[in-house]
Amino acid sequence: MTIANPRDTGVQRLPFDLARIRRDFPILKREIAPGVPLVYLDNAATSQKPVQVIAELTRFYRDHNANIHRGVHTLSVESTELYEAARAKVARFINAPKTEEIIFTRNTTESLNLVAHAWARKFLHEGDEVVISEIEHHSNIVPWQMLRDARGIVLRYIPMLPDGTLDLDAARKIIGPRTKLLSITAMSNALGTIVPLEVLVPLAKAQGAVVMVDGAQSVPHLPVDVQALDIDFLAFSAHKMLGPTGIGILWGKMALLDAMDPFLGGGDMILTVSMERSTWADVPAKFEAGTPNVADAIAFGTAIDYLDALGMDAVREHERDITDYALRRLADVPGVSIFGPMDADLRGGVISFELEGVHPHDIGQVLDTHGVAIRTGHHCAQPVMLALNVPATARASFYLYNTTDEVDKLATSLEEVTRFFGGAR
Amino acid sequence: MSDGLMEDLYREIILDHYRQPRNRHAIESPSCSADGSNPLCGDQVTVSVVVDGDRITEVGFSGQGCSISQASASMMTEYVRGRTVAEARAGVDAFQQMMTTGTVAGLEGFDDIDALVGVAKFPARVKCASLAWKTLEQALNEGVVPVTTPVTTDERNSNG
Ligand SMILES: Cc1ncc(COP(=O)(O)O)c(C=O)c1O
Repeated sequence: MTIANPRDTGVQRLPFDLARIRRDFPILKREIAPGVPLVYLDNAATSQKPVQVIAELTRFYRDHNANIHRGVHTLSVESTELYEAARAKVARFINAPKTEEIIFTRNTTESLNLVAHAWARKFLHEGDEVVISEIEHHSNIVPWQMLRDARGIVLRYIPMLPDGTLDLDAARKIIGPRTKLLSITAMSNALGTIVPLEVLVPLAKAQGAVVMVDGAQSVPHLPVDVQALDIDFLAFSAHKMLGPTGIGILWGKMALLDAMDPFLGGGDMILTVSMERSTWADVPAKFEAGTPNVADAIAFGTAIDYLDALGMDAVREHERDITDYALRRLADVPGVSIFGPMDADLRGGVISFELEGVHPHDIGQVLDTHGVAIRTGHHCAQPVMLALNVPATARASFYLYNTTDEVDKLATSLEEVTRFFGGAR
Repeated sequence: MSDGLMEDLYREIILDHYRQPRNRHAIESPSCSADGSNPLCGDQVTVSVVVDGDRITEVGFSGQGCSISQASASMMTEYVRGRTVAEARAGVDAFQQMMTTGTVAGLEGFDDIDALVGVAKFPARVKCASLAWKTLEQALNEGVVPVTTPVTTDERNSNG
């Protein structure tokens, strides 16, 4: 069965065959110790990579490697073409109007900082307000605190409700005529909460504010269309969506990118350089100073091909199902309390929880002996921990290759943890 | 990771200190105290001591965190209580040494601590085990005169 891709009829859809998908990820066959297979449930931190992506990296270095945009020789031309083809794939994946609006960075963090430097420092003034939320990752908090200290902007937070969703009534009061930028995550990495952008974006647009979305968790797991969302900037990381580390994306509307100053100065980002001054290259080159991460960008294109072939609707459906199963399965484990919304329609495949009487660090350590890899700590979202009044949580996060058997393994291993620490305070 | 490694980390004596921590209480008028934390994993500990002359006569801790951090804090208090400040500092050094080399500290008169030697094999947990010891050191570095809440001569005498 193949289903037509609504965006690009050139892409052939594959059915969502879990067994076949798992065979594409060699690491899923790994054992953590003899007889202890890996159960990888730390996908919100980074995803595993399919053979196709790993092979593309090798193929590039073996057959094409050269610097881009600089040579007339065959390899340089090929490398440039592959690099630019990857850019086009990214653009199509998020339905960007123009391929040139895709800027390759290192990661989400760099993309967010790029906007804080090259856009906000130029266009925001003392007293202007930047609105973020209490459930942001540190990478969408710290750059704005730095800007506040340097420029005197006002930083405001949309608060979180006890169930892990955002307080939309408060948002209606906080987003006002002084709001110049709404910079908001589309999905919390600590709680999985899916943020209702369809409510928040119009509130900001009505005030004439610019909207940036931290898509680090949403782009890998949900269909994302920047035009339908009516946003201005989108930041995300390749490594969380089957791609290599070291590649991130900033998408921005061309008019905004055009008006911005460069981020870093150097080679590839200039039109001309004299001893006195330089003129900038066009977007995206203006923001890609120096030799970029060519190989990883190209392999990211392959990761996008992989996701495109499955279709993000099917990816989301699988993750919704597995999250729904996990929410119910974990709620049955004695001593487990789950944070965040209990409705799988309101959250991505991220479940933060605690286990009565056992510190998250100890949970993670004992689960590791069962091969189950989860994350423990504050998940770079300390304001969320503060709001939940916990020092840390344990977090299981899913991706397209996870199975209900793996959720069962998590649940039974958690019962073992309780047995091991039984009698603890 | 094998079960053997697990047993290296979670020795029975460690779990015992975790379940029944020693000297887990507040100290009324400490000579000095300090807070320590590992924000990344959420371990947090406060260590308070009463020093009389050059000897630690009282020590208590409070806080929350994983079994390793809390058990280590409990052991630390048992070790330093009744010892001189110089001996306590030597204990801190010996403990850090044990964490970096993975060989038992051989802290005279207190074998329990040697149970934590297995932590050295788990780099991610070393900072949990070290937290209370570093916090003790910090408290002692503040000096034996209370720095936060001034204490009257009378109070100091009554606790001395
Ligand atoms: C919501 C969110 N924003 C930003 C980031 C930062 O991503 P990166 O570390 O790839 O820059 C992450 C990743 O942990 C995230 O989950």
